[in-house]
Amino acid sequence: MAQSEATKRANSEAQSPSSSIARFREDAPLHLDAGVSLSPFQIAYETYGELNEDKSNAILICHALTGDQYCASVQPITKKPGWWETLIGPGKPIDTERYFVICSNVLGGCLGTTGPASINEKTGKPYGLDFPIVTIADMVRAQSMLIDYLEIETLFAVIGGSMGGMQVLQWAASYPDRVFAAIPMATGARHTSQNIAFHEVGRQAIMADPNWHQGKYTDEGVVPSKGLAVARMTAHVTYLSEPALQRKFGRQLQDRENVSFGFDADFQIESYLRHQGSSFVDRFDANSYLYMTRAMDYFDMAEDNDGKLANAFSGTNTRFCLVSFSSDWLFSTAESREIVHALNATGASVSFVEIESDKGHDAFLLDEPEMVATVSGFLNSAAKARGI
Amino acid sequence: MTREQNDRIDLAVITSLVTENAKVLDIGCNDGTLLKMLENQKSVDGRGIELSQKGVNNCVALGLSVIQGNADHDLVYYPDKSFDFVIISQTIQATRNTKTVLEELLRIGKYCIVSAPNFGHWQMRAQLLVQGRMPVTKSLPYSWYDTPNIHFCTFADLKDLCHEVNAEIKSVHVLSDKGRDITKIAPKPLWNLLAQQSVLLLESKN
Repeated sequence: MAQSEATKRANSEAQSPSSSIARFREDAPLHLDAGVSLSPFQIAYETYGELNEDKSNAILICHALTGDQYCASVQPITKKPGWWETLIGPGKPIDTERYFVICSNVLGGCLGTTGPASINEKTGKPYGLDFPIVTIADMVRAQSMLIDYLEIETLFAVIGGSMGGMQVLQWAASYPDRVFAAIPMATGARHTSQNIAFHEVGRQAIMADPNWHQGKYTDEGVVPSKGLAVARMTAHVTYLSEPALQRKFGRQLQDRENVSFGFDADFQIESYLRHQGSSFVDRFDANSYLYMTRAMDYFDMAEDNDGKLANAFSGTNTRFCLVSFSSDWLFSTAESREIVHALNATGASVSFVEIESDKGHDAFLLDEPEMVATVSGFLNSAAKARGI
Repeated sequence: MTREQNDRIDLAVITSLVTENAKVLDIGCNDGTLLKMLENQKSVDGRGIELSQKGVNNCVALGLSVIQGNADHDLVYYPDKSFDFVIISQTIQATRNTKTVLEELLRIGKYCIVSAPNFGHWQMRAQLLVQGRMPVTKSLPYSWYDTPNIHFCTFADLKDLCHEVNAEIKSVHVLSDKGRDITKIAPKPLWNLLAQQSVLLLESKN
């Protein structure tokens, strides 16, 4: 498929985003886990609210796999409201009248932070597969450079769900003195075999698309839309739950009285998934999707710490609040409990609640009153302890 | 899970047993009442485990570090002697493997405080003897079929279990149905009859 207007817009956001940009030149290379350095590079970020005088009220929001820095403002490509406006905004639990909220596009992303869709200064072409493999720890290392750039010593809180939650955990492990409070939601300290399996299906779908061209599709003026859409469709199913699908779609037919005895989108669920797939390709880069999923697959905090997860957090003074959702089968409550047990073993200050919800993994993005109450209560008390 | 919102006279007794600035783990901490009391009066570093989502949310909103969990499953993850006091108040009778739980509490805490209702109280005995039915009282208001209390014991039974798990009973407080500490008033042989509940301070002999 040739590049659509939306794809062109997405490309332009990847190079020169609507957000603020922090640029790191040759004198500030980013050292990656893969053993190479990335330089120069840039980080695109959004901020909300004001940093207070003693710089003690900064909250970093970490976005999920296909999220972006527009957590509480309109996304420039889709024109949709921020993805976490249930939690972030004036008077909301993450109160932008009280806190200075920062959200950056992750390393390897496609909304303005350097990633495979960015132009490689050495070749004048998009990196594509020449972009080095990045890890969750690399993403966090880049974020810490952004926090340095903003001249903030300690973050009041780091908050995120799913892949964002992995970053929160990594922040607490890599920079314990820079994180006062941490809220990892719907996440795990490692990617499970099942999760890797689903990601692999998605990657294979992208790479099987003839328009992928070994990652050089931009040079060819095309987009591997079909493959990326299938990857999104598969992944989207993992974000929901069987009861939620049944409640929302059941076996209802799409704009028809009877099945067509063919392979049209007879069922509403098929039509819904096709829409999810096709709208996703307008705003996301296929290569970036490969890199993001790989970063999650490689995440295993226990393995990075001699097989003991507790070692990742030993001696931590960070206050943790973990949240899981009862119907989330992608990052189940058991995954959160493992982290809680490791934190207990280190004597860390940790709260944990499993929210009853049938909305699956995506529940962390939705208006779940108990989740909102938990985040609000935890942050308020932490703010009191920090004197904000 | 089984705590009443009022009439929690044992909480004051427990608070008096905890030392200043101690590190405390409260098993079955409900809405955080005791942990908050301990924070305010003894400046403890408190943690809690609670089964209900509502209770945990309450605690988190109060600024307490509480995890949603279960005494039967989650204690094993705590290191030896990682707390000065481990408290289980009005909850031990609702655990499944009560003996194991008590052993775990003694392992995790330097001291362990147990408060439990006494099924040997004369009102209980009278109800069973006269009416021939499972007792239902103000402090234990559940019918037999909907009670979360699956392992009832008398004060005497509880002491036996303490001996069995090799716990030294450092101090005993027996409380009457009026909420008075009758340890110093009533003769020892009558405690099992007059105590509506008891609070024991334990230390492992192991």
